[in-house]
Amino acid sequence: MSEPVTLTIDGKEVTVPLGTTIYQAAQQAGIDIPIICYHPHLTANGLCRICSVEVKGWRVQAAACVTPCADGMEVHTRSEDVICGRRTILELLASTVNLEEAPEILALLKEYKADPERFAEGEQRTAPLYDDNPFYIRDYNQCINCWRCVQVCAEDAQYTFALTFNGRGFHTQIGTFMGLPMPDTTCVFCGQCVGVCPTGALKPKRQALLEQGLDPDEIFRQTRRKRKQRQNA
Amino acid sequence: MNESNKPIDLSLLQPVLQKYEGQQRDALLPLLHEAQAIYGWLPREVQEAIGRTLHVPLAEIHGVIEFYTMFYNQPTARRVIRVCEDPACQLRGAQTVMRALERELGLTHGQTSADGAVTYEHVPCLGMCEHAPCALNGDKPAGNLTPELISAFLAGTHPEPSARVYGGPFYMLGRVGKVNPVSLADYEAHGGYRALKKAVAQTPEEVITAVEQSRIVGRGGAMFPTGRKWRFTRAAAGAVKHIVVNADESEPGTFKDRVLLEEDPFAVVEAATLAGYAVGAERGWIFVRGEYPRAFARLQTAVQQARAAGYLGRNVLGKAGFHFDIKVRLGAGAYICGEETALFEAIEGKRGFPRIKPPFPTTHGLFQQPTAINNVETLVAALVAFDMGVTAWRQHGTEQSPGTKLFCLSGHVTRPGVYEVPFGLTVRELIEMAGGVKDGRSLQAILMGGAAGVFITPDSLDMPLTYEDARATGVPLGSGVIMLFDETADLRHTLYQLAHFFAHESCGKCFPCQLGTQRQMEILHRITHNGGVRAGDRQALLDIGLTMTETSLCGLGQTAASAILSALKQWPELVPEDIA
Repeated sequence: MSEPVTLTIDGKEVTVPLGTTIYQAAQQAGIDIPIICYHPHLTANGLCRICSVEVKGWRVQAAACVTPCADGMEVHTRSEDVICGRRTILELLASTVNLEEAPEILALLKEYKADPERFAEGEQRTAPLYDDNPFYIRDYNQCINCWRCVQVCAEDAQYTFALTFNGRGFHTQIGTFMGLPMPDTTCVFCGQCVGVCPTGALKPKRQALLEQGLDPDEIFRQTRRKRKQRQNA
Repeated sequence: MNESNKPIDLSLLQPVLQKYEGQQRDALLPLLHEAQAIYGWLPREVQEAIGRTLHVPLAEIHGVIEFYTMFYNQPTARRVIRVCEDPACQLRGAQTVMRALERELGLTHGQTSADGAVTYEHVPCLGMCEHAPCALNGDKPAGNLTPELISAFLAGTHPEPSARVYGGPFYMLGRVGKVNPVSLADYEAHGGYRALKKAVAQTPEEVITAVEQSRIVGRGGAMFPTGRKWRFTRAAAGAVKHIVVNADESEPGTFKDRVLLEEDPFAVVEAATLAGYAVGAERGWIFVRGEYPRAFARLQTAVQQARAAGYLGRNVLGKAGFHFDIKVRLGAGAYICGEETALFEAIEGKRGFPRIKPPFPTTHGLFQQPTAINNVETLVAALVAFDMGVTAWRQHGTEQSPGTKLFCLSGHVTRPGVYEVPFGLTVRELIEMAGGVKDGRSLQAILMGGAAGVFITPDSLDMPLTYEDARATGVPLGSGVIMLFDETADLRHTLYQLAHFFAHESCGKCFPCQLGTQRQMEILHRITHNGGVRAGDRQALLDIGLTMTETSLCGLGQTAASAILSALKQWPELVPEDIA
């Protein structure tokens, strides 16, 4: 174990190995910090900022998932500004994408008394439903840009590089090279992107068909036929 | 036949691809630029050929093209007319120029003519605010446009604007307008390379100490002590180190670096070389924003001439072991790339997403190697201070802010331009030096530091322009922007324009900025142009502002509400709390 550092989180003293993040230290101390984009097996990019906390003496808040602990740090995870930031981020998200199938985020909206209608007059980030292969469908109306799918498709796991970003800023959306259908990309249909998607934007095709009320035989016929078509192509 | 259906003649690209054969991903932006110069845009076949040459996944190339507004994956003309839409130009008649251009071309924003000859765009600040309203006709800059000048502008016969520099004493601007910017001999005749020769006669540590004692801090807006940055980078472990010149000047209202780059490019090259010597870095990079084609061309010329004369390359100035060379890189339309880590990503051939700090560039910068990245003016200030000596430098300005500083005066001011003045002048004195408010009108507001800065009222005009006062008052000097708004200016509309700028330029990485800049813009748009203030608007803007400021990943998001929050505080009536 590397040299230990001691900090306080919400007044509670915690000792952790050097290199531990504030988020990990808080977990160790039994203090809850909310997360959305963070996934323990993937590179943390500090995107959603819902885990932002106050560190005494710092100019701005710190994203707990990517900020390493330092000796003597004084962290506050539930100050007024921290709560305001979390609530606002949730309200912004709720006004942008469909969170129906993101139970963890819906629970956070409740916990932080966020008003999902607060920015309802704003533009929503919409996209057509991409149903272009027999394995999974992509509904970016539910995508929060957590990057997990892009990361597992690239250096975090598969080195397939089928996924990328369209646009910039608010209009950033996950996509493929020149918008090609997935079978025409480098995708190997490993399914890892589907596995890490937190909002149901990526969904197994069979699950989607089951949800539509199709019986398993029909689902098998549909997905198998498409596979054959591809072989013949 | 539709442009997109025309077969793409890849043989035109072959000579370019051969030139880049064997190069890595950091050649992606230059190669995309060269390919686009051939075709006007980047068709799928061209992207595939580039991917094969540089061994970059196609999805990644697509993502890069999508990120930078000056790269096109849809049919676009070789000649793009870009008209500035930001406040400094709007204050001086950009709207009428846009209307006249649209009438003349028969095009609106984003459209390409039927014959494929010209594309028309409204773009963020072009960094020519002293020549407002301004535009680019392809690579040709034009300023002080009026509807009457449109024909000459489109024909390319409207003369290019020349530098407007005022103030004094002139140190950083000393050669501007006097030296031939594409002649090394003329640069040498005007004192060029005197400082570098002086430096190599000393140890790198002595050079760093001199820069520390000159008390120069980062002039892009971050105010980090330059000497300390160089010392950290020198001390960092690693055989390969970099000097990066941040010439991605894109802060609305800022044009000082452009004047240095265009009018005295050798000074930037010499200053980077001096930094390379001090830091022990062998690799230099100058990253110029895509909207500065003239600066880019002159820098390339300067680097070539300097290399031919032995001022770059191996054993510079005959000093054994002092190796330093420079690559000039051109951006492609992304304000975020002025953020130092986003700039590294751009040089590396990626989308300009800012990185999480720490680690800091001094240990993990370009290619994860130790890097000193400095703003153009900062480097030139260090060069000037080192050349004249610390004692002489510190005779100007104040104890805490010695020397001179470049300020960019624009908007409703009589003589807009770059002003080099000693630190310590008040805002009032500077405005008086610039001939006061245009047409003798009364002053309503001043935007200090740029879009990421703050508004002050005419009551604060006696504030001295120093770093110590900036820290004490919370009014940033930023990139030296001082933009004047007279009594006729519609400040609500200006707030909307600033919000629009940030929404356009947010990279889309972190949630608060990506979503907050959009909602901030929408609320201000409705307030200004579509229905007025509603109950809850003020609190919504305050909450979005706090969230972006406190939780955004980088400096863009952290300052994307700065000017707007300052205006809400100074003029509560702009967005009142209580709606009758």
